[in-house]
Amino acid sequence: MRLNILSKTDNPLIVCEHVSCTYGNAPVLHDVYLKINRREFVGIVGPSGSGKTTLLKAIIGSQPVAHGSITIEPHLTIGYVPQVETVDWYFPVTVEEVIVMTRAKTKWWPRITTTERTAVREVLEKLGIADVAHRHIRELSGGQQQRVFLARAMFCQPDILVLDEPTSGVDVRTRHEILHLLADLHQDGLTILLTTHDLNGLAAHLPRLVCFNKTVLADGNPREVLTSQVLEATYGAPMEVLEHGGMPLVIDHGRVAMRGEGK
Amino acid sequence: MIFALDILAPYGFQFFRNGLVVATIAGALCGLLGVFVILRGMSYIGHGLSHAVFGGAAASAVIRVNYFLGAGIWGVVSGLLIARVARRRVIGADAAIGVVTTASFALGLALMNRYGQASKSIEAVLFGSVLGVKVADIYAVALVALLGLAVVVLGYRKLLFSTFDRDVAQVSNVRVSLVEAVLLAMISLTILVTMRVIGTLLISALLVIPAASARMTTNSFSRLLWISPIIGAVTCFVGMNLSYHLDTSASATIILLDALVFVVVYAVAGTRNRVKMASLGHL
Repeated sequence: MRLNILSKTDNPLIVCEHVSCTYGNAPVLHDVYLKINRREFVGIVGPSGSGKTTLLKAIIGSQPVAHGSITIEPHLTIGYVPQVETVDWYFPVTVEEVIVMTRAKTKWWPRITTTERTAVREVLEKLGIADVAHRHIRELSGGQQQRVFLARAMFCQPDILVLDEPTSGVDVRTRHEILHLLADLHQDGLTILLTTHDLNGLAAHLPRLVCFNKTVLADGNPREVLTSQVLEATYGAPMEVLEHGGMPLVIDHGRVAMRGEGK
Repeated sequence: MIFALDILAPYGFQFFRNGLVVATIAGALCGLLGVFVILRGMSYIGHGLSHAVFGGAAASAVIRVNYFLGAGIWGVVSGLLIARVARRRVIGADAAIGVVTTASFALGLALMNRYGQASKSIEAVLFGSVLGVKVADIYAVALVALLGLAVVVLGYRKLLFSTFDRDVAQVSNVRVSLVEAVLLAMISLTILVTMRVIGTLLISALLVIPAASARMTTNSFSRLLWISPIIGAVTCFVGMNLSYHLDTSASATIILLDALVFVVVYAVAGTRNRVKMASLGHL
């Protein structure tokens, strides 16, 4: 596993320096510094409204940056997986059509070609959902929905996957499957950046964690980052961190959040 | 026999044949663009833009500039202006349309009041006039229809992507703003060339109802792009004929027919869904 973020073989794909964004007059991001290297697996955690999604959108270029700069390695292909809640599930498209969309820039012919059909099948098989290609997107389970959009992001062979809350709204088993899937993709050499609010089920398993609330409050290995001081600064509420099976376990308000069955 | 002659009676008139051709092509064109209008939640834009173009039509009548030129430039500028204003997110597209188009409409009305002699052609623009259709109108509508078809076929993937998922389309290097500007310009052009026949006030319905009816019949985007223009064309064709025999306004008849199709499809689709639900009851 490549966990060391400060290794000498740094190969930054994305560098955010002093990045600030505003909605109207309200600052959403303030003086963000973040560097993502090739082959890293980074999770951003923070409460809702902390600007996690805005940061991702600034990185992918759909949110204008007010101050500072975001440097992206030239010719970098980003595969973006939006939050499932933001998808219009009533839109009249099949799974296959959704996945092929990413070729819109290079292909104009309206019909899906045989080559594309094969490529779609391959990526769906890789994600274990080969049978849903011709289904309408509303006829999918929560886990399948997440995988379809993961498949779409994978379809253009990205250098980096950017996922917004990949485990929101899915059950424990699906969350587990998604985490394994992402770990496998990372193992295959993909760089992954995701946001999550799931501290124990997802964040604690990642090699690198960024605690975020409008700005970067802590950045490093979960063991170093998941402390009650950092979490209180991030969430604005007292939190306790225990150790369980060699992993940090976050407890908020005395209520034990279920930890995903560890790997 | 007498019945058949009666049905064919209006075809003896040149103005009717011209009007029928324009209306039918317009129906197909509006049906095609309507698919994007309903999926993007821009139904209000047809309504708004037709009012904006009315301002341009009035202005060009007053300063005696060619209608297509004056109202055309006005329409395209309004479309771009709406896109521009809507980009400032605190305002929102619907409010942007409201601001730009009502101001334009008000200007048209004021010009009409002040320079009354131009009011005749302005009325034709407001309510549509089958009598006023010239051969030039047929060419104009046919040209825009071909252009619309070309835009939808050549830009199919970009249009679909940016309609379904704007952010990710942008990340995938689709020039979303350009796609949206082209779409708005196409809608403006469509309004421009069709409103003399079906009228400013009812054109928004033709940009919405056939596509909404079609949406209830299919879950496939590509099929939607076939069904909606067919509904638009057929209702315009039948509506024009009916309006002659019933002696009603062509635009009102067409829209009522479209509304009838909508109601029927709505009822049938509702029943079908209930049956489908019932059969899934065991799950």
